[in-house]
Amino acid sequence: MRLGPRPGERIDRSDEVTFTFRGKPVKAFGGDTIGSALFASGQRIFSRSFKYHRPRGLLCCSGHCPNCMMTVDGEPNVRVCVEQVREGARVKPQNVRWWLNWDLMAVTDKIGGPFTPVGFYYRTMIRPRRAWPLFERFLRSAAGLGRVDKHAGRKRRFDTENRHVDVLVIGGGRSGVEAARQAQIRGEDVVLVDEGPEPVERLGFLVLWPARAIGIYEGNLVPVEAGSTLVRFRAKHIVVATGALEQPLLFPGNDLVGVMLPGGARRMIELWSLRPGRRAVVLAGDDRALALAGELEAAGTEVVRVVDLRREQLREIEAWGRYGRLESVSLDGETIACDLLLASGARQPAYSLLAQAGARVEYDAKRGIFVPADLPDGIEAVGAVTGRVGRVAVTPATFNGASRTDKCFACICEDVTDKDMKRAIAEGFDSLELAKRYTTVTMGPCQGKLCHLPSIRLYARETETDEATIGTTTARPPWAPVSLGLLAGRPHEPAKRTSMHHRHKDLGARMMWTGAWRRPHSYGDPEAEAKVVHDSLGLIDVSTLGKLLVRGPDAAAFLERLYPNRFADLKVDRIRYGVLGTDGGRVMDDGTIARLDEELFYVTTTSTGANTVIEWFDWWNAVWGFGVETTNVTGALAAVNLAGPNSRELLGRLTDLDVSNEALKYLDAKRAQVAGVPCLVLRIGFVGELGYELHFPSPHAEHLWDTLLGEGADLGIRPFGLEAQRILRLEKQHILVGQDTDSESNPLEAGMPWLVKWEKDDFVGKWALEHVRERGPREQLVGFELAEGLGSVPAEGGQIVVDGKPGGRVTSARWSPQLGRPIGLAWVPSRLAHEGAEITIKMNGGFEQGRVRLKPFFDPDGGQLRS
Amino acid sequence: MSFLLPCPNCGPRDVNEFAYQGEVTKRPTQSPTLRELSSYLYFRENVAGVQREWWYHRLGCQAWFQAERDTRTNEVLATELTEPVSGEGAPGPEATPALGENPTL
Repeated sequence: MRLGPRPGERIDRSDEVTFTFRGKPVKAFGGDTIGSALFASGQRIFSRSFKYHRPRGLLCCSGHCPNCMMTVDGEPNVRVCVEQVREGARVKPQNVRWWLNWDLMAVTDKIGGPFTPVGFYYRTMIRPRRAWPLFERFLRSAAGLGRVDKHAGRKRRFDTENRHVDVLVIGGGRSGVEAARQAQIRGEDVVLVDEGPEPVERLGFLVLWPARAIGIYEGNLVPVEAGSTLVRFRAKHIVVATGALEQPLLFPGNDLVGVMLPGGARRMIELWSLRPGRRAVVLAGDDRALALAGELEAAGTEVVRVVDLRREQLREIEAWGRYGRLESVSLDGETIACDLLLASGARQPAYSLLAQAGARVEYDAKRGIFVPADLPDGIEAVGAVTGRVGRVAVTPATFNGASRTDKCFACICEDVTDKDMKRAIAEGFDSLELAKRYTTVTMGPCQGKLCHLPSIRLYARETETDEATIGTTTARPPWAPVSLGLLAGRPHEPAKRTSMHHRHKDLGARMMWTGAWRRPHSYGDPEAEAKVVHDSLGLIDVSTLGKLLVRGPDAAAFLERLYPNRFADLKVDRIRYGVLGTDGGRVMDDGTIARLDEELFYVTTTSTGANTVIEWFDWWNAVWGFGVETTNVTGALAAVNLAGPNSRELLGRLTDLDVSNEALKYLDAKRAQVAGVPCLVLRIGFVGELGYELHFPSPHAEHLWDTLLGEGADLGIRPFGLEAQRILRLEKQHILVGQDTDSESNPLEAGMPWLVKWEKDDFVGKWALEHVRERGPREQLVGFELAEGLGSVPAEGGQIVVDGKPGGRVTSARWSPQLGRPIGLAWVPSRLAHEGAEITIKMNGGFEQGRVRLKPFFDPDGGQLRS
Repeated sequence: MSFLLPCPNCGPRDVNEFAYQGEVTKRPTQSPTLRELSSYLYFRENVAGVQREWWYHRLGCQAWFQAERDTRTNEVLATELTEPVSGEGAPGPEATPALGENPTL
């Protein structure tokens, strides 16, 4: 099958490569593509078509058409005509039941035509409605391309690279190479990208090959697919040299195996030294195709007839075949036996990238092609893409065969025939854009490269207008199919770990996600952990809290303006709780603020809100121009909360600080050495028992954690996780922003009106809250409890039923081991927001009666916290 | 959106590195009416032309700055950091961004 060695061939005959096709070994040479090697081995049918399962063979040999798509090493829809051979590659046909030469689904071609016209799935099989899923499953399996192996592991790693260049040349033909060379001579930084399959002449400038520019975006951004890397080029100047594309002719049987584009046959001979057929007929639309006759003869193909379509007007062309392979062609009634028909009309400039960049596209009626015009600044076009394609034939929309027994395809990707297009027009899809969406012509894998011009021409004829009136459809990226993996890039799933992470793992903690943080959910038994905090002593890692320093002469005034409550009067070494709101009066975050000295505040935020709060602070600081500096110390400092009746005893053992209730009061903040570590000791009680938060440089975290657990062993210390903390905080009715509040909640209705200091001149949200105060509360966040001993707990988001209608919702609920009953927080209408009000909660498929409780369930007066 | 935005600290960077905070607005003074408040909170000029807006270099130097951008072409005419007003006490509640009014509004 292979011709003798020829000068300029791309194959290296000394380099033998073997891959498998359907499990059988196929020999190839280095420089071969999988497609060329298969052709050399005698394979002629390469795929089965999308809808009718018709046999298809090599057509363009340039990676544009869908005819050679196969599954290679598990990756579907690989165009094997341009896929380089690899030793051991496993190649399989796709969209086939049984085998390429004998596809069971080919029956759709024989009988399906009349029953499955374009858009049939919109009209048939839709009743009865219940049966549609069945039909859909059948249709989806019957039609289509390759299958994605959903269970395959990740085989390729995709990366993204950003590059800035002076000049990016797209296309490595003569004009492209010349443009790149000129830019290089001017001393500019130039890169040329070319999609192949012919290699690019290298003249010193950087060439990416094979690499495909998939679009031109705003700001001269050109993403280029280069193997498994997406290179995002940002170019000052873009030269588009994408050339022109041979357009197939429309005639019955125009998809038979053996009907090829002239350029495809040329590449077979020149690159891979293959003889494309035995007896050829050439229907040439331009000089290039005409010149091919000589090359074919030299390759041993008998050329039985050459028609120059510019001179000779054919009316009828019809191709005949057996088992899908070309056997003869009849031209105006004259039948010629042949196994190769090289047919093309005009060469259409590949203007798509230019149009994406904003160029206008106009129809050149004399030559019958669309050419780009009015290029935007920074974009240049050179070579054939500008319309310099020589003299080309203006071919009719279709060549009807005399007998017309076979289908005539306008779009081989989606199996759309000329009849389908006519039918779409008859049904009223009289705009090209609508017809495109209805028939899916140009929407297949070739993205219109081989069907856009023919379909416009057909459309113009059928609607009795002309191509200029019809115009083109909008050119959009991607210019060629790209794998989603390339667009997704390298998968990142960032996880933040605290500096005590490995201690939690060693203790057998069950970890959970809170935002990007990994935190211990529990160490086995959350309820027991909660009980230990009440009875003796618990330790929890709270390093995930957002932490920032606010420093400067205006620091107090700044916080005073951000929070609804007061901070100017906060004494040094004291702590105050604060809720951040927006100017819309909505709750956005909460935390504690400790004043470390006159001009320095230590602010904590929720674990997931840290970044938002820091951006928020910095923004208002930029808006107001305060003399304030903020520093994010979230990662620099670790933190633990030591909570329980024995916490003072343990802290006292590890520090020189006077930890007595008189010296270190509730809401005091003191700096001290604890177990030799410099700590900020905050006496806070989020979980309701006497407790201390220790904030300290994170490198000391494991040491402090170990020391606290070791020294506290005799005091009954146990680590507790997030779940225990959630039970404990609920017993205190401490809210979690984002869990108990949402983007509509304001502090007046969320049970914190005491926070809002109306006498302040201004604070963020004041104006909106004034209006809320005026209209009065509509619904309020309240605590509730259910009957003692009730085993189950309402779901978060569960409904509160008022007068038989949904009237509120549960935001948090837990079973409290301390109280022996389910408790929670819920939003209820204001008229029910009073102590002891009866509420009805939908749960367990029925209803349960609950009771509103406005005070904390545990230690309502805060005696424990202050003791 | 794929244009380059010149950060006052870092120079031209891909716009995806930045967070957009919208038009520079004017915060109302003492106790606005509901209409004034709604207009401040929810209504924007949305000009087809040059507007002054807030940007944050989230994946860079983490600075807030203002840019003048033509919304039709995404051409960025200028970017600048805002200046601290003073080191003494708070500016009044009517204080507007240091760069002053948007000339197009």
